[in-house]
Amino acid sequence: MKRLVVVGNGMAGVACVEQILKHSPQFAITVFGDETHVNYNRILLSSVLAGERSADEITLNTLEWYQNNDIRLRLGVRVVDVNSELKTVSGDDGSVTEYDTLLLATGSSAFKPPIEGLERDGVFAFRTLDDTRQLLDRAGPGVNAVVIGGGLLGLEAARGLQVRGCQVTVVHLMATLMERQLDPDGGSYLAGKMEDLGIRVLLGRSTTAIVGNGHAEGVALEDGTILEADLVVVAAGIRPNVELAYRAGVRVNRGIVVNDWMETSDPDIFAVGECVEHRGTCYGLVAPLLEQGKVLAATITGNKGPIYTGTVQAAKLKIMGVDVFSAGDWSEQHAEPVRYEDRALGIYKKLTVRDGKLAGAILVGDTSDSHRYMDWLRSGTDLTAQRRHLLFPPPASDAGLDIAQMSEGATICGCVGVTKGAIIAAIHDKGVNTLSQLKDATRASTGCGSCTSLCQDILRAVAPDFEEDGRKVLCGCVPFSQDNLREILRSQRLKSVQEVLAIYGNGLGCEVCKPALSYMLDMIWCGDHDEDRSARFINDRVHANIQKDGTFSVVPRIRGGVTSPAELRRIADVADKYHVPMVKITGSQRIDLLGIRKEDLPRVWADLGMPSGQAYTKGVRMVKTCVGTDFCRFGTQDSTSAGIEMERRFEHLYTPHKVKMASVGCPRNCAEATVKDIGLVGQEGGWQVVVGGAAGKSVRKADLLITVETTEAALEAAELFFQYYREHANYLERTYDFVERLGIDRVRKDTVYAPESARAGLLERLQKSKAASHDAWLEGQSPVNPTQFIPLLPIESLPS
Amino acid sequence: MRWIRIAPCESIPSREGRAALVEGREIAIFNLGDRFLAVDNRCPHQSGPLCDGIVAGDAVVCPLHAWKVNLETGAVARPVNQNDCVRTYATRVDAGVILVEA
Repeated sequence: MKRLVVVGNGMAGVACVEQILKHSPQFAITVFGDETHVNYNRILLSSVLAGERSADEITLNTLEWYQNNDIRLRLGVRVVDVNSELKTVSGDDGSVTEYDTLLLATGSSAFKPPIEGLERDGVFAFRTLDDTRQLLDRAGPGVNAVVIGGGLLGLEAARGLQVRGCQVTVVHLMATLMERQLDPDGGSYLAGKMEDLGIRVLLGRSTTAIVGNGHAEGVALEDGTILEADLVVVAAGIRPNVELAYRAGVRVNRGIVVNDWMETSDPDIFAVGECVEHRGTCYGLVAPLLEQGKVLAATITGNKGPIYTGTVQAAKLKIMGVDVFSAGDWSEQHAEPVRYEDRALGIYKKLTVRDGKLAGAILVGDTSDSHRYMDWLRSGTDLTAQRRHLLFPPPASDAGLDIAQMSEGATICGCVGVTKGAIIAAIHDKGVNTLSQLKDATRASTGCGSCTSLCQDILRAVAPDFEEDGRKVLCGCVPFSQDNLREILRSQRLKSVQEVLAIYGNGLGCEVCKPALSYMLDMIWCGDHDEDRSARFINDRVHANIQKDGTFSVVPRIRGGVTSPAELRRIADVADKYHVPMVKITGSQRIDLLGIRKEDLPRVWADLGMPSGQAYTKGVRMVKTCVGTDFCRFGTQDSTSAGIEMERRFEHLYTPHKVKMASVGCPRNCAEATVKDIGLVGQEGGWQVVVGGAAGKSVRKADLLITVETTEAALEAAELFFQYYREHANYLERTYDFVERLGIDRVRKDTVYAPESARAGLLERLQKSKAASHDAWLEGQSPVNPTQFIPLLPIESLPS
Repeated sequence: MRWIRIAPCESIPSREGRAALVEGREIAIFNLGDRFLAVDNRCPHQSGPLCDGIVAGDAVVCPLHAWKVNLETGAVARPVNQNDCVRTYATRVDAGVILVEA
């Protein structure tokens, strides 16, 4: 077997190795990587910085992958020399490794502009996972950060730092942001959007020095301005790493020169990725690297034939809420520009048409058509027939139609180069039904991830048994997982549903996402959010449960199921006065008045003089109790008082789904505490606190959370679980699904066994939410708007 | 058919609906932020009060069984492939008052 040595464990090198492995085995492969990590998705570092993904989530090839493919992996070793006579490479660990074939995938490094003081502590590049980790360590509220460079990477770094709480300024040498991808108009729209996010943008300003005493304290500009800076990120472009190629005597211009078969001037040395120069172009984006890898794999394995002819350059800015796309040649020289812009909405689109074909595209503020334009660019489609509709496609009514309109050859994943036809083939031939299976089968959507929703749409339209992955999105209106959304709302300090929909969604919302977002905002801001009743289900607008005939049911709170003759008389009087068609004892030890008209609700509540039992909402329902020690011969604990106290502590609060509780005085369990969301089970000398029980659609025995000696300790354990469920469960996830999903061990670790500070945090946020909550039925006396409960009476009635 | 003055615009909060009794018929009027739309206040499925639904773009979702009705056309958008629809009414605003043609 020939020995193949790969220098560089990044995306280009490893993707090329993946392609080589697809050919018949002929190499013993060694991969050198100077970073200490397995191959990860460098494009997604900005989303790690922004907290949208964890470092683990961007791993592309696991250690097992290397082992399973018999690849010798040398991590943390930098190759410092190549001897092309002896055919050896030398590592900085002193090792010398022989090769028969050498593959240089050395990538590129951050360009260091001529600025004084770059060596100061607090100055970073933004190229590697280690850079990112260091930035994460330093970033935080109150930290002033300056990013030098307003290109793709600089802007993504700026946004990430800002999400972490930093005050961020971007200093850009040129007059236009992302000037390699945007024209001056597009750049100014982008600058406006960055400023709207709270990031200061200084254009046409040259940086001269990083000042400070040992560590960075400020950034000095040519005009004499000094910007305060605790943290400086230098993102002023990249330079191909060609040092080793020089040493090997291979021909080098700006990058390592390769021909269309990806060969260098040395027959045994090949190169791929950002370090190469092909037909005078060095590429810094991922799609070209993968295309090169395929051609190189054919050449290097003796299947020389396919050629690489260059790639249509396309770039997408990966900042949530700031959509920017640029592709091809958008200069207006010898081209016909087609533009659309709307300052108020922040939308700018420009296409350039040359000889009846699309030459380039710039999209800011709305990139939904980028796939169509990429398709036209790659295929060279003649656009004469569609000339009047270039910027306005006929609206598609559903995602399935969008998919149906796409040709089989249309590229879906530009990074890896996967077509619609290839995805459909994988679905049919390999039984792919989920996005993760699709990723495994085709690698689609493993690059920048911007085609994820398109891949989902194809799966939805084609796969016979389509399933959303575990991290499924809330809904099509805001395509993020609920975990993700909670993080976004927190970090972006969003306080209203419309704001979230406008920035992260389609601006409209629906009956699925609006109530979910309403819940999240209320929970995250402990009630200090902008409550929007239009985003709530009708039950939460009028605080009663809508029935099949449009009337409502009213269930007053009867804590612990303990009432009094006076209360019962008032309930009976109300039933008479409003001709209530049915009065029913519920399964929850309460009384339900059914068939109340919406307009009567405020008076019914006033006449009852009792608080809302929240029987209509995803909130705290009740605590069912047994008679405990007061009357029962067997009772060991005062379950009635404990239950009433628990109900008082939680009532009026919203929860991800309804929460039903119970408290029993002995293990005979008369109030069925072991099939409730939270149960207190009294026993001799203490309590068992159980959680995650169910006796509804599912039947599940609750898990034991903890055993404690005092009632107060039992209540505190219940509080910890209650708030933990509020903060971590998905909307409409009952405790029994939640506990099963996480496992009771994890729940215990994060609640009753959590460190003191974590427990105190849970209790504090619960108290804060509780303090901001109120009995919803008080709105009967002071409605949130004058027509909350009453229909409109036309000002003018028809003449009879 | 004539235009009937219903109520001041502010009687209906943004993205909510309200019922109005017009000539013995219940009409659901919605405030979409930039315009008002009106349809019969009866879901074609089981007569649910559409005025109590959540607004999703230019459609409303019935609170009883989540049928989705387009407020511009009156057509049922979900479930798909069935032909029921609700009657729509023209609306306009005059001097801060919503008018419905009925």
